[in-house]
Amino acid sequence: MTENRTKGRVLPVTDLSLVVLVGASGSGKSTFARRHFRPTEVISSDFCRGLVSDDENDQSATRDAFDVLDYIAGKRLAAGRRTVVDATSVQQDARRRLIDLAKQYDVLPIAIVLDVPEEVCAERNAARPDRADMPRRVVQRHTRELRRSLRHLEREGFRKVHVLRGVEEVENATVVTEKRFNDLTHLTGPFDIIGDIHGCSSELEALLGKLGYADGVHPDGRTAVFVGDLVDRGPDSPAVLRRVMAMVGSGNALCVPGNHENKYGRHLKGRKVQHTHGLAETIEQMEGESEEFTQQVREFIDGLVSHYVLDGGRLVVCHAGLPEKYHGRTSGRVRSHALYGDTTGETDEFGLPVRYPWAEDYRGRAAVVYGHTPVPEATWLNNTICLDTGAVFGGKLTALRWPERELVDVPAERVWYEPARPLKSEAPGGHDGRPLDLADVHGRRVVETRHAGRVSVREENAAAALEVMSRFAVDPRLLPYLPPTMAPTATSRVEGYLEHPAEAFAQYREDGVARVVCEEKHMGSRAVALVCRDADVARKRFGVDRSTGSLYTRTGRPFFDDESVTEEILGRVRAAITDAGLWDELGTDWLLLDAELMPWSLKAAGLLRSQYAAVGAASGAVFPGALAALESASVRGVDVSDLLARQRERAGAAAAFTEAYRRYCWTTDGLDGVRLAPFQILAVQGRSLADLPHDEQLALLDRFVEHDGSGLLQTTRRLYVDTADPESVRAGVDWWLEMTGRGGEGMVVKPLGAVVRSETGRLVQPGIKCRGREYLRIIYGPEYTRPDNLARLRQRFLNHKRSLAIREYALGLEALDRLAEGEPLWRVHEAVFGVLALESEPVDPRL
Amino acid sequence: MFLTISTTGTPERPATDLGFLLHKHPGKAQAFSTSYGTAHVLYPEADAERCTAGLLLEVDPVALVRRGKGKGRGGAPDAALAQYVNDRPYAASSLLAVALSTVFSSAMRGVCTARPERAAQPLPLCIEVPALPARGGPDLVRRLFEPLGWAVTVEPVALDSEFPQWGDSRYVRLVLASQTLTLAEALRHLYVLLPVLDDAKHYWVALDEVDKLLRAGEGWLPGHPEQNLITSRYLSRRWSLTRQAREALELVRLAEADDSAVEEIDNAVEAETQTEEKPTPLAVQRRDAILAALRESGASRVLDLGCGQGQLVQALLKDPRFTEIVGVDVSMRALTIASRRLKLDRMGERQASRVKLFQGSLAYTDNRLKGYDAAVLGEVIEHLDLPRLPALEYAVFGAARPRTVLVTTPNVEYNVRWETLPAGHVRHGDHRFEWTREEFRAWAEAVAERHGYGVEFVPVGPDDPEVGPPTQMAVFETRTVNEKEAKAA
Repeated sequence: MTENRTKGRVLPVTDLSLVVLVGASGSGKSTFARRHFRPTEVISSDFCRGLVSDDENDQSATRDAFDVLDYIAGKRLAAGRRTVVDATSVQQDARRRLIDLAKQYDVLPIAIVLDVPEEVCAERNAARPDRADMPRRVVQRHTRELRRSLRHLEREGFRKVHVLRGVEEVENATVVTEKRFNDLTHLTGPFDIIGDIHGCSSELEALLGKLGYADGVHPDGRTAVFVGDLVDRGPDSPAVLRRVMAMVGSGNALCVPGNHENKYGRHLKGRKVQHTHGLAETIEQMEGESEEFTQQVREFIDGLVSHYVLDGGRLVVCHAGLPEKYHGRTSGRVRSHALYGDTTGETDEFGLPVRYPWAEDYRGRAAVVYGHTPVPEATWLNNTICLDTGAVFGGKLTALRWPERELVDVPAERVWYEPARPLKSEAPGGHDGRPLDLADVHGRRVVETRHAGRVSVREENAAAALEVMSRFAVDPRLLPYLPPTMAPTATSRVEGYLEHPAEAFAQYREDGVARVVCEEKHMGSRAVALVCRDADVARKRFGVDRSTGSLYTRTGRPFFDDESVTEEILGRVRAAITDAGLWDELGTDWLLLDAELMPWSLKAAGLLRSQYAAVGAASGAVFPGALAALESASVRGVDVSDLLARQRERAGAAAAFTEAYRRYCWTTDGLDGVRLAPFQILAVQGRSLADLPHDEQLALLDRFVEHDGSGLLQTTRRLYVDTADPESVRAGVDWWLEMTGRGGEGMVVKPLGAVVRSETGRLVQPGIKCRGREYLRIIYGPEYTRPDNLARLRQRFLNHKRSLAIREYALGLEALDRLAEGEPLWRVHEAVFGVLALESEPVDPRL
Repeated sequence: MFLTISTTGTPERPATDLGFLLHKHPGKAQAFSTSYGTAHVLYPEADAERCTAGLLLEVDPVALVRRGKGKGRGGAPDAALAQYVNDRPYAASSLLAVALSTVFSSAMRGVCTARPERAAQPLPLCIEVPALPARGGPDLVRRLFEPLGWAVTVEPVALDSEFPQWGDSRYVRLVLASQTLTLAEALRHLYVLLPVLDDAKHYWVALDEVDKLLRAGEGWLPGHPEQNLITSRYLSRRWSLTRQAREALELVRLAEADDSAVEEIDNAVEAETQTEEKPTPLAVQRRDAILAALRESGASRVLDLGCGQGQLVQALLKDPRFTEIVGVDVSMRALTIASRRLKLDRMGERQASRVKLFQGSLAYTDNRLKGYDAAVLGEVIEHLDLPRLPALEYAVFGAARPRTVLVTTPNVEYNVRWETLPAGHVRHGDHRFEWTREEFRAWAEAVAERHGYGVEFVPVGPDDPEVGPPTQMAVFETRTVNEKEAKAA
């Protein structure tokens, strides 16, 4: 900064604002903007004129140019970026448009006027070739209009007006960026946010004591934050004011205004307000107070900022709640929403306005902590929480510890004031609330994942998932996870085999994974089970009545149409968990299990009949006749030997195919014959177990299966292999050969450490399936083992499948993390929905 | 896939003349290459008394899949799994019909230079098809072949002998016998009727195939009592094939991921052959009742939630009082058909500005649905699992909050009056429940109470004194007044 510039005027400009430069053509606006703002902050009307007409001075393009300017400015302001408009803006109409724009995005409009003598402007224009023939009268008009405007700029709505007079003042001015009042992102607390007090002084003191404050000071340096409505209705509003004002004054507290302070403040300023809703009590109680105290209260209320953004933007505190687009914004309507919330325009049967449930729509990352609407219990909804638990109505006074997210409360000593309507016993959104919104899942989307960054979902895949999710899936509240797809092993070159475990071990060795576990692939259908300890847990944690969990397929469909059958299975699983002592050991009252449900024919009956058994039936019907005909022809001396041999081979392959699918079918009666083999505990209360090493997982599950007295549960056989040890690898291959030789489906090879990254930091495949030679007949067709078929089938491309497996895996992990951390339903559902959508991506279905 | 054609003869008219008629020598086994594999013709028996020609088509299933979509990517990655494991190599499907016409093309035209007089005359014929896919079962097989002069023996093939409870497969073993038909006629019957019975959706047959088929039907198809069925199955096959390829692969994949038959998932729209028929009288009565209630409510901006193929939207468009009509459905396939039905892409701008179709789901709240005068839920709720009904309730009555909501649903009590409906069955495969009048009333009144609506009930269709009307309709109107009205009052 040069010496002479510091001598000049200092212009404070708010960090998020719409800065309007006002000055005649040639007054030096562009130079000023260049000097004081980043180039991307500045939008000039000349530039926009050029965009739409190829000529920066084409006045006929002005209207379109300003449309473009408004559009760009709007996008920037919506994104929270300061924007400087470089246009003459000497006319009131032009400025009004910009003020409206600032209002639309709830930012401060600021005017910086460059009042430069007309001759200077004219001279500068004359020196510019593109403006050399601009008539003198244009600048004259600009200057005239500017002068006329100067007086009413503030009245027009500019919240700051800086007028620079003369060339020198323009040259020497300095712009300094100022933070907004509501921006306290640098304060990280820790905080104790306290709900609506309404003059309940005694409860406030009790709560402060419980929180650890002594005379308004916390020994650990915590800061109290009051959500407003300190006064009215209750027994001692002055005492509450005194306490809060002292704490704010000494820097031990922050306070945002409630609608009751606001109204009382207007009363103190001498405005006429109705003394209703408990204001009369406050006025009466304040009568005993000194003039000086009343004056202090007036100033205190006057100085309150509508809301605060705290803790690096992670926390927003205000009185009546605030949608994300208003966070950190400054406008009349932001203040109004912060004080009063939003209403639908309807009134309820008590004559009170119906509040718009803004929190249902809330999708922001910042937690919004507020009060205003009395509720019986403070509960989180979409990362928002209302702390008004009706202390003055005989409820309790509640505080939220941040960042601990712990609730602390003290009961009201008595009912101090009768409520106009009963406290709503339901969370916003109603009993079946926590609604999901279509905008959470619809269209092209990008889901942020902790493990693999951004995962995108294409529109057509989301559309298919929407149909399946809506028409067939279980209640999304009971659908906190969907299993990812799994890639098969690289194609084997071993004669007669398409898949062989040697490839799986080699791949993990290459990825730097030494220890793997081979888990038997059960011959059933993938099943996810959410098991709650009892119906009460299901209601409290997952918000559902009538069930104690869910049992669903890999696309989220219930396994059984009859809910009582599901409950019966959940009951048996629950009993085993209880007997194994897992609830306490894992510190949870619900469990999410990944499992296989058998037999396959239970779930896939339709597919079996329409496809697999049909192929068996057709081949069984056709070959006897065809072979007999060929044999007869052969007897007649017709040379059909090659053809006959081939048909016999085909008949054999078809019979092998029929045998293959039959192994996956058996008759069940009720739950007799049904088996469930859990192979991973995915998550429990407060914790995703996806990263628990598989040996520990299996040890837990073994104990749990052992305690099953119903014959439902089945263990998963496994073998641990060291990928670097040829002996161990050979043992793994032999194990697989033995298992599949007896008709087994095959196995899944997984890194022992569960969630594992390669040296380059990429997620390695969480599992590689290696399917048995006979099983593959029902995937690749009865005759796939013929050498010419195998040769062609070996041309298979795994990259897309592998990428899909990793992306779905990342989404699955994300869903589990979000679930474990108690994130809002829509956040969990977003990831789950993503898995389902990706499942509809085009990939070779045989992989 | 395999079939045999046999004839009997006498020393004067030897059965081996079949070789001349078919243009294939009985002493040789011959191979012909066809589009989908190699066809072999061989004679298991050939003497003066009895001669049998066998046609065996060796389908190459791998090539079959690649043929359609390959594009050098080696594996037809976006083909449905069903195409890899299927019955084509074994069953006498449309592919066999194509092979038949390729291998026996002259015989089919009745051309035989060596024995012209025999080609023109009837001969004793016996045709055996051991594995014939027959949608419609043995009964339809008889209805198709018997009018043409065949004695028909048809036996169903069990799906799997180890699982007798699974019942019969869609295949039959067919034996046809006749003394009155020429070989050319017999071949043309097979050429047309094998694919009709197969009625498979999986394979595209070239467009001109349809013309060929109609040509093959000359002389017998026009008078056939099942002519409509025969023709419509061809047409429906054409439609569904093109649609299948274009619109629903994502759903097919989700069905496969779930080990479900595709029809279990992709069933939002009924097969087009059925839907293109005239609407049932009840559907018309329902639509009229909805239109009447909408007019009475004074609504001009209307949501059709679960618009299906757009029949109601089409009716609403004809009445100018409805200035904004929004059709919403969760099925993209339904929306595509609705858009085609309404000819949206050819509609004038003014008319088109009145109507919008988009995908939506009532399992979610949706801002786009707010602020309308009325919403119609016509035969929608019964397609939802009961536990998910509260979400729909909230999305419509809690979040979208149109002033008027019309809900129609079947009255299950009336089902006893449907003669064709077996006792205890629902009216549609996808109905998750059907309610009595009392159940519907209880639900509707609770919904109205929870969300500040008043509700009235209207019967749709003949109101049977004992069991009520076939369809029940609830008309909801908001009870809460807006502030302006409240102040005025």
